Amino acid sequence: MSNQAFMNQPISDWMRGTGLDSDIVISSRIRVARNLHGIPFPLLATTQQSADSMERLMEVGQSSELSKLGPFETVKMAELNEMERQVLVEKHLISPNLANESRNGGLILSKDESISIMVNEEDHLRIQCLYPGLQIHKAWEAASHIDDIFESKIDYAFDEKRGYLTSCPTNVGTGIRASVMVHLPALVLTSQINRILQAVHQVGLAVRGLYGEGSEAIGNLFQISNQITLGQSEEEIMENLYGVVKQIIEHERAAREQLQQGSMTKLTDRICRSYGILKHAAIMDSKEAAQRLSDIRLGSDLQLLKEVSPVMLNELMVMTQPGFLQHIYNKPMNADDRDIYRARLIRETLAKGTAKSKENSHENQRIHQEEDQDG
Amino acid sequence: MMCQQCGEKPATLHFTKIINGQKTEFHLCESCAREKGDILQGANDGFSIHNLLSGLMNLDQSSGSLHNGLYGFSTSKPAPEKLKCDHCGLSFEQFSKMGRFGCDECYQAFRPRLDPILKRVHGNVVHVGKIPKRGGVAMNQRRELEDLRKKLQESIELEQFEVAAELRDRIRELETTMKRPSDAEQA
Repeated sequence: MSNQAFMNQPISDWMRGTGLDSDIVISSRIRVARNLHGIPFPLLATTQQSADSMERLMEVGQSSELSKLGPFETVKMAELNEMERQVLVEKHLISPNLANESRNGGLILSKDESISIMVNEEDHLRIQCLYPGLQIHKAWEAASHIDDIFESKIDYAFDEKRGYLTSCPTNVGTGIRASVMVHLPALVLTSQINRILQAVHQVGLAVRGLYGEGSEAIGNLFQISNQITLGQSEEEIMENLYGVVKQIIEHERAAREQLQQGSMTKLTDRICRSYGILKHAAIMDSKEAAQRLSDIRLGSDLQLLKEVSPVMLNELMVMTQPGFLQHIYNKPMNADDRDIYRARLIRETLAKGTAKSKENSHENQRIHQEEDQDG
Repeated sequence: MMCQQCGEKPATLHFTKIINGQKTEFHLCESCAREKGDILQGANDGFSIHNLLSGLMNLDQSSGSLHNGLYGFSTSKPAPEKLKCDHCGLSFEQFSKMGRFGCDECYQAFRPRLDPILKRVHGNVVHVGKIPKRGGVAMNQRRELEDLRKKLQESIELEQFEVAAELRDRIRELETTMKRPSDAEQA
């Protein structure tokens, strides 16, 4: 068993909160790329150089200025086993690149896991702030504040003309990647999604799957983020993204409305069918799980499935990933084993939800009875 | 860090082999790693944003090199590129293959070739937005200092010695408040 705090629960504390439009927007994330002045970027640094930069940056991670924001822990990638690193990736706290390919990689993680700072990823420093719902501006405020703390202690690679200098030319300038994760089942069901994603591309934003660059959009989850980092201010970048996401939310709401009015029976059938399968299946591969969980998330949003809560779904989303699954049952599994344990985990979790909602309805009945007596 | 095998290209693949407790580390460039075989399996099929970028960068060298650029290796060598970063040793050719800079000085070293690349990626070439608080102060002071020195030169040429003396005092004052001397040379 691992004694790392982040292994204890599938969803970070910050994910338990709700933000604006959280029926459609799962989370908002800001990532800021920064580098040390005069030291080769991690890719070209010697092992000694990267060890030195890690030490310098981890020191800031343990500074009193940073701990004013709350408790942080610092972890070196080398201290973690493969499963622990994979869980961090599945929780979106580090990138696959940091987990698998970094030399002298490190992580500075806040206790509620809303702030994760990667050391020696592609850039020396990558500050990441996560918020539930649509809260890009808030996430940027937090990231910018942490950026200032680091800058007060180390010299950044910065150029008047080019801005913050980064390893990859796609990040130079502000070094910012702002992204919003949205759940768009109705736009997919009504076949409007391609038209909308095309429009998103045209305004210079990128659309990716759940796990970032190159990953497939599974479970109707999409990450929408800025592409341009040079020649636009942070505020412009965020306004642009915010405006586009707001429009997408409106379209998704309209599509949900359309489905409810035009084909309610078909929609209910789809949702309840998925719910039934998830509650009883003995084998569940990750793709089917993602699709069916998306269905019941929609059911929950539309108040069709009252016993399923968004928090439970967020938990399941992470728990059904390969790393976490092996962690929960505490054993290595091949793909076939995972499909069996995934089905079991989903069955058990949903059963708990049903039990809870029964309790609640008993509670409600009692209250009603008492009210009746009063009347 | 340069490739152990060829010593010419930067090592982009780092891996550790442990056999019977014997640990061996390898640091190879992509092409040497490919020659060594089986290493690249599962490593995102060789088509990443960086491959795509290097395609963009090679566009303005010769029309024929686009395909090579896309896959990171060129068998027929394009016109030799002499730009090289003295700080980390990365040449422009290596940069255009990797799609990544080696250090912050590369931006200065490759400046003559950078504008078209950045223009293609971002549609812009100049940063607007946040400036480091502490680093920014030094930057503003440096800019002011340059300005004052220019004025001083002018006033000396115009034989306005009173003005020159005033400017000289202000320059001294500014120089003492700036703890660290400017380390970014303007070319």
